[in-house]
Amino acid sequence: MSKDGDLLHVVTFDDMTPMRLRFGKLLIWGSAAVMALTFAALALAEGGYIALEFANWRPALYGFLFWSVCLCAAQVVLYGEQGKRTLFVLPAALFVVAMVVFPLVFALGIAFSDWNLSSPTGRQFNGFDNVRQMWNDPFYWNALKNMAYYTLAILAEYAVAFGLALLLASDIKARKFFRVAFLMPLMLSPVAVSWMVGKSMMEIRFGPLARLARWLGWERPSFFGDPEVARAMIMMMDAWTFIPFMMIMILAGLQAIPRELQEAARVDGASAWRGFWEITFPLMLPVSITAILIRIIFKLKLADIIINVTSGGPGGATDSVTSFIFREYRDRSNVGYGTLLAIVYLVLIVVAITVFMKLVDRWMNPRY
Amino acid sequence: MPDKQIFHDGESDLLQKTRWFSGRVAVYGILIFWTVVCLFPIYWTITTSFKMAPNVMQGHLVPLVDFAPKWLGWKSLGLSPDTIWAESTVREEFLKRFTNSTISALASSTLAVILGSMAAYGLSRFRYRFGFMRNPDISFFFLSQLILPPVVLALPFLVLYKQLDLLDTSVGLVMLYTLTVLPIVIWIMRDQFSSIPVELEEAALVDGLSIWGAFLTIVLPIALPGMVAAFILCLVLTWNEYFFAALLTSTDAKTLPVMVASQTGSQGINWWAMAALSTAAILPLIIIGIVLERYIIKGMAAGAVK
Repeated sequence: MSKDGDLLHVVTFDDMTPMRLRFGKLLIWGSAAVMALTFAALALAEGGYIALEFANWRPALYGFLFWSVCLCAAQVVLYGEQGKRTLFVLPAALFVVAMVVFPLVFALGIAFSDWNLSSPTGRQFNGFDNVRQMWNDPFYWNALKNMAYYTLAILAEYAVAFGLALLLASDIKARKFFRVAFLMPLMLSPVAVSWMVGKSMMEIRFGPLARLARWLGWERPSFFGDPEVARAMIMMMDAWTFIPFMMIMILAGLQAIPRELQEAARVDGASAWRGFWEITFPLMLPVSITAILIRIIFKLKLADIIINVTSGGPGGATDSVTSFIFREYRDRSNVGYGTLLAIVYLVLIVVAITVFMKLVDRWMNPRY
Repeated sequence: MPDKQIFHDGESDLLQKTRWFSGRVAVYGILIFWTVVCLFPIYWTITTSFKMAPNVMQGHLVPLVDFAPKWLGWKSLGLSPDTIWAESTVREEFLKRFTNSTISALASSTLAVILGSMAAYGLSRFRYRFGFMRNPDISFFFLSQLILPPVVLALPFLVLYKQLDLLDTSVGLVMLYTLTVLPIVIWIMRDQFSSIPVELEEAALVDGLSIWGAFLTIVLPIALPGMVAAFILCLVLTWNEYFFAALLTSTDAKTLPVMVASQTGSQGINWWAMAALSTAAILPLIIIGIVLERYIIKGMAAGAVK
């Protein structure tokens, strides 16, 4: 199989008349002109240069949609069969570009401004004031530090998930029942979990978990009073919902390992313990790394439980970056500062994940 | 009858047997313990929705034995037997949120599965060049969206949607949700399509179908289980989504998680009512989880094992 050619190779006869080519070009540039005109008209109307009233910027959206449709149609007109293939990827690509790249560029713009949505002055460019404010904001650094703790907790989650997956993969009765039962927490919305577990089961007076803690000898259980304990509780609730996720990925990996390998090791006299560490675990490394990586990505979005259970307290001990920015916006409705914090966070994530992937790559495929 | 057993287990065999037995006990002990850990909160929530204040305070756990089930919690939602036929503003509010959630989740999952499947099929079959981007770059471009934390997009979208008058509309939510689940669909479906042999389409093309014809009539039916898996995974994620909904919706398009969250904030906890609301919010997905467990596992396993 060649790397360059199409996997599905088709020979096509497209006779491209000049007329058709011209029509295709017209379609693209014409619709682009329409879109540009819409934008210009909207901008001018906003500035008050022309006497047109627009209720909102929605015409710009329609302009973009029109251009997208024309661009897709023009692919077929211009390139025939080749264009029909482009049509598979183009809609998704246009969608993602419009929904991610454009807002990100826009975000860079508002990150360096002071923009209180409720104030009448509107957006004001303020240079690097936000950066300075961020640098001196202990709560943001605290939230970043918490994220590091939360991410480290993944190792414990991984260990539990691996253990459960091993149990599920072993020779047990009623496997389907256990699998469904173990999967259940993943189905629940974090908001519901934060009420079910965080607010009711951990309620200090009547909650069943508080009762259990008292029975176990913890005199006056308080789950969210002490910073360390509160953070551990948030970690546990988040782990509870997401352990099934890692467990199932690892289980799929375990089931893909041929049984003969373990049997051969058994015949050679290896104990179950050594069999695990020297055969199963190394073979599971690629799957484990995928599972951990995806888990990290999901962990970095952690917010719902924190917002609803502790809203960052006590004293910011449980804050994640997302929940911190959420509150920052809720309390002061300042979009500019929040956006800057978010963008710094994104840059940190991208750097961290790239380094992580490079390290993993170096470690998995050592070059001598 | 011989009073003495002729063949009997030796000392070491008996030891082996007890060891095997204790191993079994340990395995099932852990399994049952974890089942309790997983299911107890759900059980607690469902039973609490039938409790009254004294039952909650005395920590009664088992309905009918410890306490007599009452419809109190469900009555506060307007869903108990005696209120279900009567007018109820609470129920209307709840049903509205429920419908909003359903619409957002179904529409965005459908859109994501359509867009994602097409893109994944294209990437698994053809070679593209968009400017400097080749196939691996395009794949990476799509998958890298997974890293993007929602908070980065949230505030810009708040401003943009305000300009576009899309704040507090289901359309706005659907577009954002589609964006968040699209990489997952592409990831799962790319795997699905690359496991389908190209010869199938080649045969279809020889028989005179176009590329799109082959895709729609030959490939899609084969990849359907994968699509269902991706769809359900999207459904779970979008149904439970809270962050964007909390920021971008206020009255009209508010979804169920936002409603649940807004109730937890109010003090003087009305346990039975909250429990009933939580139960109603999680029940659809619990049912989906039990009935379609096979697909969910398939979907999540797709990316893990290459």
